[in-house]
Amino acid sequence: MVRIGCGAGFGGDRLEPAVRLLEDGALDYLVLECLAERTIGLGQKRRMHDPASGYDPLLERRLRPLLPLLKEKGTRIVTNMGSANPLAAGRKIAGLAGELGLDITVAVVTGDDVLSVLDPEAPSMEDGRPLSSYGRILSANAYLGADAILPALQSGADVVITGRVADPSLVVAPLAHHFGWDLGDAARVGQGTVVGHLLECAGQITGGYFADPGRKDVPGLADLGFPFADVDADGNCVLGKVAGTGGLITAATVKEQLLYEVTDPTGYVTPDVIADFRSVRIAPLGPDRVEVSGGTGRNRPDTLKVSVGYHAGYVGEGEISYAGANALARARLAGEVLHQRLASQFPDLRVECLGGEAYRYGFLEGREPTREYRLRIVGRAQTQEIAEEIGREVEALLTNGPAGGGGARKYIQETVGIVSALLPRTKIAHQVTVMRSAS
Amino acid sequence: MSIRLHDIAHCRAGDKGNTSTLSVIAYDEAMYPLLCRALTAEAVKAHLSRNIEGEVTRYEMPNVGALQFVCRQALHSGVTTSLTIDPHGKCLSSELLEIEIPEA
Repeated sequence: MVRIGCGAGFGGDRLEPAVRLLEDGALDYLVLECLAERTIGLGQKRRMHDPASGYDPLLERRLRPLLPLLKEKGTRIVTNMGSANPLAAGRKIAGLAGELGLDITVAVVTGDDVLSVLDPEAPSMEDGRPLSSYGRILSANAYLGADAILPALQSGADVVITGRVADPSLVVAPLAHHFGWDLGDAARVGQGTVVGHLLECAGQITGGYFADPGRKDVPGLADLGFPFADVDADGNCVLGKVAGTGGLITAATVKEQLLYEVTDPTGYVTPDVIADFRSVRIAPLGPDRVEVSGGTGRNRPDTLKVSVGYHAGYVGEGEISYAGANALARARLAGEVLHQRLASQFPDLRVECLGGEAYRYGFLEGREPTREYRLRIVGRAQTQEIAEEIGREVEALLTNGPAGGGGARKYIQETVGIVSALLPRTKIAHQVTVMRSAS
Repeated sequence: MSIRLHDIAHCRAGDKGNTSTLSVIAYDEAMYPLLCRALTAEAVKAHLSRNIEGEVTRYEMPNVGALQFVCRQALHSGVTTSLTIDPHGKCLSSELLEIEIPEA
């Protein structure tokens, strides 16, 4: 039996649940999954300005309370916080450990950055257009698998840090290492991938993103405990969390996470396996304890998915509120004014009315009027200067627009778009670099 | 008689590029056959037609008493480039739970 916990499910996740897991969870491995699709593109841009950056901006804050506990608890960390610069992240961790007076080894997994070997004229998986036609390419990272992480674990390192790897591989690799699995054993790796997929979003399986008051009540959301899995040599597991933490684990929370972001439950493709979820069995054993077994799979694919980040311009955005008497008509008029002033400059412009079912419609179409509306206008531009026009026009409504508009806000965001391509495994070489803290 | 989906099932939305995944999970697995009968891919596409422009594929998962709907071209060009207030399409899950399905 091996116990693997997940202490972060995305880059901005809460910091303290991982500390609680490490302190009281009796973990063998602590996984921190912090990499969203566009994170590496943004990291690559930071790295261009400063070659020592490009890794997860919360790396130090997240790891500082964890590193001193690793030896005492006998736990090893596996994380993808290396983002666009895993080697710099490794040096940062070794330096931080040294500063804390700790003797720690860090193994860095590289090889996911395939920008130099990717053909920019290759077709995208999304619509077959050449990758270069989307915009200036910023990054290209292959999803590495457990085979790339395994040598890092075999080095004995306390912390394994990667760039882009498939999320479930962060769990499959420690399982394969612990039990000596052959990575070609598709049945075991398939069930291991189920475990990884269940753990990778951390709180999303312990009652986070689940509560629907009156239907699905969750205790203690403000102090949500993060999950661990006790996994046996075949990959079957019992999910649990630290006693006394908030949240809950039930068959229902596990089912929601099992199907989360799965575009084909009969063939969930990772670099390790094509996993099949149709035979997965979910059995509650007691409070916050659920057994998951039966996942299987077919042989891994010959190609790896590459996530390509491209410059997608700047998005300018502004918001303003209208409430009380005739609020909807005033919000609508404000929207019309903004549209009139901006449409010629912004071919890609969207006006929404929050409070008026904005997520479905550009504008309310006559259902259940409320007493308060927030008008939102957003558009894309090639330069920041042009994108800023949108916020300025929204602010100008304060003295030029309909009566009673308030709470004007403006935002600018540089955007990185993502498209995907496939690359043969033979084009990708992964390496491990081991570093030791200087205490 | 019709029944509101929210009364018998829960749902989580996921996203991959411009594809939205919507799981529909029966609270009581005894209700799973009803879901299979009444909640077709066409019904889901029609209910969410304001957002879903592409094809909807339904996967039956009797092992967990759930249906998985995979909805193409459903996220206004995709999470990283959509200009909508909810680029991940998270709200689609609760909107789907508003659908009324025939009980018998």
